[in-house]
Amino acid sequence: MNNNLYNYILGIADNSLILGQRLGELCGHGPSLETDIACTNISLDLFGQVRSYFQYAAQIANDGRSEDTIAMLRTERQYVNVLLVEQPNVDFAYTITRQFLFDVYHYKFLVQLQKSNDATLAAIAKKSIKEVSYHLRFSSDWIKRLGDGTEDSHNRIQNAVNDLWAYTDELFHQTPADKTMIAEGIGVDTLKFKDNYFKEATEVLIEATLVVPDLEYFQKGGKEGVHTEHLGYLLAEMQYMQRTYPNMKW
Amino acid sequence: MAAEQPHIDKRLTAVLGTVSDPEIPVLSIMEMGVIRSAIINEAGVVMVRITPTYSGCPAMDVMGEDIIKALNEAGYKAEVNLVLSPAWTTDWITEKGRKALEDYGIAAPLDEVADKAVLLGNQKLVKCTLCGSTNTKLISQFGSTACKALFQCEDCREPFDYFKCLK
Repeated sequence: MNNNLYNYILGIADNSLILGQRLGELCGHGPSLETDIACTNISLDLFGQVRSYFQYAAQIANDGRSEDTIAMLRTERQYVNVLLVEQPNVDFAYTITRQFLFDVYHYKFLVQLQKSNDATLAAIAKKSIKEVSYHLRFSSDWIKRLGDGTEDSHNRIQNAVNDLWAYTDELFHQTPADKTMIAEGIGVDTLKFKDNYFKEATEVLIEATLVVPDLEYFQKGGKEGVHTEHLGYLLAEMQYMQRTYPNMKW
Repeated sequence: MAAEQPHIDKRLTAVLGTVSDPEIPVLSIMEMGVIRSAIINEAGVVMVRITPTYSGCPAMDVMGEDIIKALNEAGYKAEVNLVLSPAWTTDWITEKGRKALEDYGIAAPLDEVADKAVLLGNQKLVKCTLCGSTNTKLISQFGSTACKALFQCEDCREPFDYFKCLK
């Protein structure tokens, strides 16, 4: 089994899995019917992409692991998503800011992953990028509407940006598995679009009349399995059925 | 785009044409462009390859089962496999399929440039499926399913789905 490739796939897929779960929490609880449906549709796209990644990971592991066991039966420290995506839905401003900061990255990442030497990853990227372009449009629009909206919406989104900005740098943190995969032409060298990411995100925030935080210290750890307190609660809910009724099927 | 034409054994066209999209029952999955190939192998088994419209499309499993059921009823053994590449695009919806969508009350996808213009609210190009007016506005970029956006006609007030362009 190619451990580096397996871990690399988990690194990509865990971001979408955990963000998909967060967005799924809004099902029936969104601030309006349209935004509720939009968030859950984005969640569905992400879960669909996750299935493709985990099916491939299971094939590489080739030891009886399935897409479901990879998704549902790991412990907290074994998830390698970035800290950004596990942050809770404090309010709609947080949900949108988290989404926006991830979407800008996700889109740029998939642009590059389409050129991967690995045919399966390239195919998943080509499929996913079409969906992610809609996510990015949705979250960018809402950043502008809330930022340039009422005093209350402006303050809330500014608060969310102030809190979540500290998690952006980790998107570009490279693990040893990442580095090996980049060297082999399979993985994406995220550092190549890091400047562009901050430039683009900043442009949208400025258009939304928001102030971009001037931070020196950024949070990290998720990619090594060291998470914020929020992930444990998320997993407890996500894994409840599989843990309580092992091997259950719908 | 000859390479993207689906490869379907002529003997199977009629049977496969009876399988419809579970979420858009008026549309056969052939017209959706979901079936990429269907051939009868040496062992007499029909091998079907389908591609998802959206990654998370919950209808894919049902489509696969429906295809097998239809082929079994026609006396064939069948196997369905999911392929991701080349990725599905709304260009693969046939003319007949587009007509079926419109008749059902779903506006068919515009081309890529026009699609972007309407989803950003810059231009009014999507035709109301009830009265035909293009005086329509976007209500939400995400509609009743992942592949659709929600629109409303400003003339007759009809709310309707628009099948988003996917390229």
